[in-house]
Formats: sequence, structure tokens, C-alpha cells
Amino acid sequence: MVLAVDATAAAAGLHAGMPVAQARALVPGLLIEKADPAADAAALDRLAVWAMRHYAPIAAADPPAGVIIDTTGADHLHGGETAMLVGMLARLGAAGLAARAAIADSWGAAHALARYAARPITITPPGATAEAIAPLPLAALRLSPALVAGLQTLGFVCIADLMAQPRAPLARRFGPELLCRLDQALGRLAEPISPAYPPDPIAVHRHFPEPIATPEAIAAAIAALVRPLCALLEAKGLGACRLDLICHRVDRAAQAIRIGVTRPLRDAKRLTRLLSDAIETIDPGFGIERLSLAATCAEIFEAKQHVSALIENTAPDVSDLIDRLVNRLGEDRVYRAEPVATDVPERCLRRIPPLAPETGATWPAAWPRPARLLTPPERVETLALLPDHPPVSFTWRGVRRRVACADGPERVFGEWWKRDAELAAVRDYFRIEDEAGERFWIFRAGDGENAATGSQNWFLHGIFA
Amino acid sequence: MPAVRPLSIIESLRARIESIERRGRHARSVLAFGIAAMDARLPGGGLARGAVHEIVGGGPGAADGAAAALFAAGIAARAGGKVLWCLTRPDLFAPALAQAGLSPERVIYVQGGEEKTVLACAEEGLRHGGLGAVVAEITRLPMTASRRLQLAAEESTTLGLVLRRWWRRDEVAECGQPNAAETRWQISVLSSAPLPVPGVGRPRWRVALTRARAAEQADFELEACDDAGRLAVPAALGDRPVAQTGGRRSTAA
Repeated sequence: MVLAVDATAAAAGLHAGMPVAQARALVPGLLIEKADPAADAAALDRLAVWAMRHYAPIAAADPPAGVIIDTTGADHLHGGETAMLVGMLARLGAAGLAARAAIADSWGAAHALARYAARPITITPPGATAEAIAPLPLAALRLSPALVAGLQTLGFVCIADLMAQPRAPLARRFGPELLCRLDQALGRLAEPISPAYPPDPIAVHRHFPEPIATPEAIAAAIAALVRPLCALLEAKGLGACRLDLICHRVDRAAQAIRIGVTRPLRDAKRLTRLLSDAIETIDPGFGIERLSLAATCAEIFEAKQHVSALIENTAPDVSDLIDRLVNRLGEDRVYRAEPVATDVPERCLRRIPPLAPETGATWPAAWPRPARLLTPPERVETLALLPDHPPVSFTWRGVRRRVACADGPERVFGEWWKRDAELAAVRDYFRIEDEAGERFWIFRAGDGENAATGSQNWFLHGIFA
Repeated sequence: MPAVRPLSIIESLRARIESIERRGRHARSVLAFGIAAMDARLPGGGLARGAVHEIVGGGPGAADGAAAALFAAGIAARAGGKVLWCLTRPDLFAPALAQAGLSPERVIYVQGGEEKTVLACAEEGLRHGGLGAVVAEITRLPMTASRRLQLAAEESTTLGLVLRRWWRRDEVAECGQPNAAETRWQISVLSSAPLPVPGVGRPRWRVALTRARAAEQADFELEACDDAGRLAVPAALGDRPVAQTGGRRSTAA
């Protein structure tokens, strides 16, 4: 029997479920691969581990062809939910996997939307699950084929039809599976995800005879877990780059904390501190019965000899502070600015990680630059003599200012190698001071003579100190 | 000299109050401005390290706080070490900081988004102790928040600088509220130094010390930061006493 077909085969009229002989008859010279369910399952597990490493600590295979990820609290690290899904599909696509993704309140709903929604990326806002899944077909509910066929015989087409029916007759006629799946999709019935583990985990677990719930108890338990984990790392000569703490609650739900560090680390004190900072995000519910701490990303730890000179003043290490800030805010919000060799002001810096190597590069000091840069530049009305005089007066945000003195022009040419529109673009920057002593950076788009160089409008781009 | 005796009594009383306030913590070091008239007016002869200082914009253009930001950058540049700059809006232009002596590899930016986050990050930075200075750009600085920052700063020798910014008219009044900062500076722009040729000369600021613990208010007219973050007394004023209007107490508008 045919189990799966690729896009070309589907275009030739083949579909899963048809006998192989029939497929061969339809398409002469058909390439047939033997099914290997064990290898498929192993590959899916590997994919789940990949998702766990890249996106969120709680991820699991959702056989036969899916991965489920609990993205709670993980999306902001990837630039928001949409950006995360777009990036995820792009990465999978680069690896040769055609994928679809959805975010919803429950496993069941996300499963249904990822497979049956019209668009490849679906994001359901919290609380809107019922409306989102209502128009989907019954098969989206993870029901057995026989059950779907039975429902279709009775005239049920989509999930909305089921939701409109009284529950008791449905349960009597079709058994508990139908309502269970429906409730799981709607989030009425909890469905815990048991997270995937990498094949060679560096992990420690701890069971509690009595469930714990107070922050103090959790902190103590974390401290007790970090020490053996650091010993494990030390034995392997590794340092942790990322730690996942998974709290298994009494009601079988799992909650996770993920922390990342900029350099491989096995300092128990610092790791404990980082994990403890995130305790407030755990909702212990009725209590936590098991804690697992795993170093899901570990690298070779390079031991460094500390210079112990009493005279020498070594630069203080701020990497622990940066780790804490990054874990609190996300990687893209803690940064350093690195100069980029360009004349266009808005492109002259790039954000780099705070602990990136120091190159000593800086901006040219000859040209004064404003302390505040307006993005985008704001349009101003001016009175100016063309082509190369600074304005005599200008109006910004409704206030008219007379120019007392000015410096310029500083001509900036467009970067034609970046955008075609900048082929002839020119900006003439002036540094001007009004009669009250305020200093501004304004520019004219264009050289004042040639219309091809810009609109000849004036803009205020920055404010000098 | 008859003036010496009462001064020394006041000095010794100040030292005693200081020791009571600090309860035996390490003596604080200061960062001098390098301008005798300014340093003489500050307790200890400069800006105290391990304390929080508040900087507000004044006069026209106060809302943008460009001068206030560069004043802070100059102090941070001279404080040495790494600088944590906590932003609410990313309109700060790093090349200007480099021109005030704060090279790009010394500044770590934190884009906090909301005020609460910015305050928490600044507190974390002050408490860490390995940084030279921490700058926080915020609108509201209530007593509790400023007290927290001040306590965090006292644990280390990091210089805490709070840049007050506002975007709406009703937020202006917030800047006048009392808080636990050690000093409060108001920086307003003045016309630049006149040049014999057309052009803009070295910018000048009115730097007003509007509130300080154990010091009086003072008002200075100075030339803006040079490429090492140093302020300067304008040449024309260098040989006479700096203008001083003790009773000035204005909120920026």
C-alpha cells in the first residue's frame, strides 16, 4: 500500500492509501521506497530534540508527522510569535522539509490548525480557539478514521457541527473518544506534553516525596540540582550554554524555565542565581513532584588561569550581569553598537552581542554627530537660498525658528550598491543653531539643483547637545 | 583668619553626619569635574561614586534631552570601565557618545521598553559593581525607586546616572518630584561660542546644580564635553567668578 507521496507523485494522480500495484500501473517506472516506520519515528524524535534545542524546553514528537512545542514564554526570544514561525519554516525548508505551523491555546487546536488551516502559518490569539477550529474538517480532531467515517455518514462535516450538538447523545453514540478529543482541542481537558530528551542528556532529576510549591522550596531544590549537574559537566570537561529546568506538576502538566549564558559555564553559584531569577514565572499549581535540570546545550569549557597580581588592575568581569539581563529581556535587547563603514547616518552602526570581541573601531571624530537621532527624519518647512546655503529659518513641529549660525553642507551620497533608488541620491547635511541656542542637524534631500538627486525637501534628522 | 574656625566646625559636623548616614561603609570616592569652581561646590570635591545622580534637560529642547544625554556621556566616559545604558526608546545616537569620549566597546545598551524594566536593569547594573557607570533614561522616578537605586549604588563604587525624559506635557511635572538622588543637575543649551567666521562654535551649556545633599545650589555656564568628556570654562569667563544665582529653582519646561 502507498503510505506517502511527494508533490510530483500527487500531481500524477497518486495518493496515500492506494495499492502499490495500482500506482505502478498509473505511473510506469515509479520510484518506490520501502517504508521504514522505525527510522521515521527516530527522525521525528531527532526533529523534536532539534525543536527543543532551538525553541523551547518542552517539545515532543507528535507522530506520525508532527512536532508539538510548548512555546509559552519562548516567543519573545525569537522576535515574537510570527517571526518565530516564519524562521522555523525557513529553517525546515532549508533542510528540505516542507512544513506548516500553527500556534494555539491547546495541543489539539494547534495540531488541527497546522494541518488543516488554509495558510501555512496560523496564529490564534488566546481565547479564540473555538472560532478558529470551528470550520475545520472532523479529521483535524485526531479521531480514528472509522469514527470520522461514521460521523460523516450522519451528516457531520466540520467541527462546528459537533460543537452545536448536545454532548450526552454524542457520547452515547460514539463513545468517550470523540468528546475527549473535542475537549482537548478546546482546552477543556488538559493534555500534558512529555518533553523529548536528547540521546545523551546531561541531566539530573529529583523526585519529591511531598509536592513542593513555595518559592523558597523551589529555590532550595534548584540549588541542590545545580551542584550535581556542575559535577557532571566537570567530569565531561564541558560548560553549559543553556539550561532547561522542567517542573513536573502533580496534575501532570509540565512547566519549563530556560536560561542561556553567553559563555560556557559550570559555576554552580551563578547558574543557581540565573535559575532562581526565573522562579517567579513558575506556576506550581497543586505542587511540583519532580524537577529535571538538563544542560541541553553544552560546549567545551576552557579553563583559564587567573592572573593573581596585586598591582595589576584587571577589567572586572561583567558576563554574569549580561547573562542575567539577557535572560530577563531577550538576546536582541542587550547589545553593543559597532561602527559600520558608511556615510549614511542611519546605517552607520550595527547591533552586536554585548560580549563580542572588541575591535577598537570607532566613528570618525571629525564630523560632529547629534546625540539624538530621529527615525525617520522629520519633514521641516524652510526658507533657504539654493543651492548651497543653509536655511534662514525653518518650522519644525509647528514652531518657527530663525537660524543664528550654521555649518555645512556635509554631502552624503546614496549607496547605489545597496538600493537602486539611491543611485543618484544626495543629502546635504547642515548643522544649525537657532537664536535660542538649540542645535539641530537638518538635511536637504537632493543637491539643490538636479531633480534626480532627491525631492529637494528639508528634513530634521538629529538634535545636537 | 577668623573665617577658618566656623568652617572647620561645619566640616567636622558634616563628616560626622556622613559617617552616621553611611554606617561604617567604605569611604566614598569622587569623580572630579576638573573645573575648580564646580568641584569646590560639591561635597568631597566631585560627583560621588556609589551614588545616584539625576540629570534633567532644561530650557528649550529639554524634552529631547540631547544636552543632558551628552552631559551623562561625558561623566560616564571619565568614570572609566564599562557603561550600562538603559533605554526606553532607541533614539540615542552612538557616534555622538564616541565623540564625547565614550568609545563604542565601553557601552552596553539595554533596551528595556517600559520604565519598570529599565529601573530593574539599572538596579542590577549598579549592584553588580563591575561597571564604571550606569545610565537609566526614565520618565518617572518615585521616591521608592530612587531609594532602591541609591541603595544598590551604595553597595559598589558604580556611578548611577538617571536621565529624566518626557514625551507628554503632563509628565513634565513628574520631574520636579523629590527623590533620593544625591544630586540633581539641569542642563540647558546656550548659544555656542562665537566664531570669527560663519559656522557653529563649541556648544555651551548652562549647567545648574539644582539640588544636592550637603551642598548649595549653583549655576555654571560651561563649554560642552570635548572628545574626552571634559567640560570647560569658556575662555571669556575664565578669569572672573562664575555667574551664580543661588535661588534659581526651576523645573524644565
